[in-house]
Amino acid sequence: MKTLNRRDFGVDFGLTLAAAILLPATTARADDNMEVHIDNFVFQPAELKIKVGTTVTWTNRDDIPHTVVSAGKFRSKTLDTDDKFSFTFTNAGDYKYFCSLHPHMTGMIKVE
Amino acid sequence: MSGHDHREDGVSRRKVLECMTWAGTGVLWTITGGVPRSLGIIDSAQAATAPGMTFLQISDSHVGFDKPANPNALGTLEEAINKINAMPVKPSFMIHTGDITHLSKAAEFDNAERIISQSKLDVHYVPGEHDFLDEEVKFYRERYGRGTKGQGWYSFDAGGVHFIGLVNVVDLKAGGLGNLGAEQLAWLEDDLRGKSKSTPIVLFAHIPLWTVYPEWGWGTEDGGRALEYVKGFGSVTVLNGHIHQVMQKVEGNVTFHTARSTAFPQPAPGAAPSPGPMKVEDAKLRAMLGVASVNFKQNEQRLAIIDTPLQG
Ligand SMILES: [Cu+2]
Repeated sequence: MKTLNRRDFGVDFGLTLAAAILLPATTARADDNMEVHIDNFVFQPAELKIKVGTTVTWTNRDDIPHTVVSAGKFRSKTLDTDDKFSFTFTNAGDYKYFCSLHPHMTGMIKVE
Repeated sequence: MSGHDHREDGVSRRKVLECMTWAGTGVLWTITGGVPRSLGIIDSAQAATAPGMTFLQISDSHVGFDKPANPNALGTLEEAINKINAMPVKPSFMIHTGDITHLSKAAEFDNAERIISQSKLDVHYVPGEHDFLDEEVKFYRERYGRGTKGQGWYSFDAGGVHFIGLVNVVDLKAGGLGNLGAEQLAWLEDDLRGKSKSTPIVLFAHIPLWTVYPEWGWGTEDGGRALEYVKGFGSVTVLNGHIHQVMQKVEGNVTFHTARSTAFPQPAPGAAPSPGPMKVEDAKLRAMLGVASVNFKQNEQRLAIIDTPLQG
């Protein structure tokens, strides 16, 4: 089920640039924007491995609103159908996240 | 009968029989996948002759929802209110067990209020997770939070019954279920202190306080604690929404019941890939939406619950 598109979103590009400025030159090249889809109350893929500097974009494809929340790290607004949320990972580590409305929905971003 | 057993899989023959005897009051039973559920049956003639106090439950109106499962959730809410207005016995009041709106927009709350107020009944609300989505989480509280404690819990007495409205949609933990929290549980214990054990208790909250189907988050993490506090009471009725279908079970002195939505149905536990809105044929939609009326008679241990679909 790993159908990750290499797509550049105009919106995300600014974020990626901002992150790049803050990072040392060797790790600044974030050449991927990765996507996570929310389908049927599931984050897909549930676990994603990315490089520092990558921007991840979540898209809600359900008929029900969801959120993307990682305690102390990032928190989306409520995402209605087809709404997106992006976050650029500038630090390595494991980022567990969940939907604060449907907490049985959990996911993980591993940044190295 | 042991009072406190939360296993859904362990429905004994005796419990089934007990449930069957309930058919006389308007609820038929079936057991699917170990989960007993009422088929929602209705004889409004019985309701018409029942003395005592009757109140109504509506739930999950999701005003603002416009997806294929029901493009006009406001319209079906109005149909539900019309149904209530046409009931032969005027109910004493109404409770709404949350998800008044779909996205907590001010206009959604206003539209819901405009329609629900046509019932001319007092309405006691508890919030669903869809009512706390605005940035400042203030629209619900401004409208319905006055005089409540904490995130919006409260109690009141009516017709000799003690009603307790609980909030289990706040501060949910990753991987978990609905949540009441320590502060609310302490308040609940205090609220019940000194009450005569013969006082009938009605607990109502959005997410089921019993574990219906944890795989879909249909339960409350610390709901068992709340049920401990009401254990000693002779008659306890737990009314919830959230799952958009009628489900019921009886355990000792406790009757658990969930009401239909007025907006869209959701699948039976495990019957679909997710608990999202279920699209059914247009002709069948109104049979899967509805309201519940609850009748309390002095000296009868159990409150009688009658689920009335919008149609059929
Ligand atoms: Cu969700």
